[in-house]
Amino acid sequence: MTDTIPVRVWRGGDAGAFQTFDVALRDNQTVLDIVTDIQRRQDPTLSYRFACRVGVCGSCAMTVNGVPRWTCRTHVAKVAAEGVLTLEPLRNLPRLKDLAVDMTPFFDKWQKAGGTFEGRKTRDDAVDPVKPGSRARKAADAAIECINCAVCYAACDVVDWDPDYLGPAALNRVWTLVNDRRHARRSDTLDKAAQSGGCGSCHSQGACMRHCPVGLSPTESIAGLKRALLFSLLGGRL
Amino acid sequence: MSERSLIVLQRLTAMVLAPCVIAHVAVIAIAFRDGLTAGEILGRVQDNVGWAAFYALFVIAAAVHAPIGLRSVLVEWGALPRRMVDIVMAAFAVLLLITGLRAVFAVVWGAP
Ligand code: HEM
Ligand code: SF4
Ligand code: SF4
Ligand code: FES
Repeated sequence: MTDTIPVRVWRGGDAGAFQTFDVALRDNQTVLDIVTDIQRRQDPTLSYRFACRVGVCGSCAMTVNGVPRWTCRTHVAKVAAEGVLTLEPLRNLPRLKDLAVDMTPFFDKWQKAGGTFEGRKTRDDAVDPVKPGSRARKAADAAIECINCAVCYAACDVVDWDPDYLGPAALNRVWTLVNDRRHARRSDTLDKAAQSGGCGSCHSQGACMRHCPVGLSPTESIAGLKRALLFSLLGGRL
Repeated sequence: MSERSLIVLQRLTAMVLAPCVIAHVAVIAIAFRDGLTAGEILGRVQDNVGWAAFYALFVIAAAVHAPIGLRSVLVEWGALPRRMVDIVMAAFAVLLLITGLRAVFAVVWGAP
């Protein structure tokens, strides 16, 4: 007989309830494996999202025992010390069904934050080289590997309290853009970062940084944006 | 005032406040160590323009700094609409400015 673990899974949308499944434990099992096991063997109507299963696509995030996590790279053994798993959809996003949330507000804010690159050159110009060792490139490097999983967005209390707050991921993206020397509209981008609900709303308390599965620090990026705004004063912009 | 200016102003005033607080605490420590009475302290600072200028700067920085920070906290709190928060915080800034400057004036040049 194999060991099993009780898994409480949120079923339904805003109105819903937990349903408990007993799932067989296996070696090196991830939380995503558990969800897949339930859907394949016990209830094919269970809704959830995933794609790559290797921590690249950013689609599998859920709330696992109260903590936002990427489920495909989270081992059950690591998070179920108490012998129970409770799975809920990500916080701070509209619940669609079961473990799937509507990501639209997250990506809408990404647009609103203005993280869109605009080049200065045409295809006929020579390529503008970016020195790998330059300060700006290093700052962008530290923030660039975001997989858009919204774990930080779920972890951030300011997102919870202020529906207009753009959130850590969108502002982290803006910081990479501000550090791209090829970007033509740096000052406009900073203006957008400072908009109502922008970087001024962050309390630097670091929940985003603590939970980001790929180890980024949106907290630092947002602090960088505030610093850049201060330095832009030297360039005559208040 | 734009959001951008507010963020920059909060940073700038924080940079003014940090040395002001250190100086303020140092002054208190000196007054304590020397066992100065209130009368002796007043005697030292009365008609002292340098002292007045220092504390006036301190008051102005605090009056700008605190409402900007509290503003985002009030917005999150969600009890007031954004516009109302701006009005309340502008009033709070004016209140800090008036009471603060009045206190500095009263100590240095006597009650107005
Ligand atoms: C010793 C003097 C002070 C220093 C050096 C200081 C410094 C700072 C700094 C560096 C920030 C962050 C600003 C940013 O992220 O751009 C800040 C935020 C803030 N400050 Fe001060 N501050 C001082 C005094 C005060 C006082 C007297 C108040 C009165 C309530 C205050 C209220 C706030 C608030 C509410 C915030 C916003 C916090 C947040 O958004 O998380 N500060 N301060
Ligand atoms: S540091 Fe800023 S963005 Fe990150 S969780 Fe805290 S408030 Fe949110
Ligand atoms: S910053 Fe980290 S937690 Fe936030 S969306 Fe990107 S990868 Fe996910
Ligand atoms: S399934 Fe792609 S990151 Fe988890």
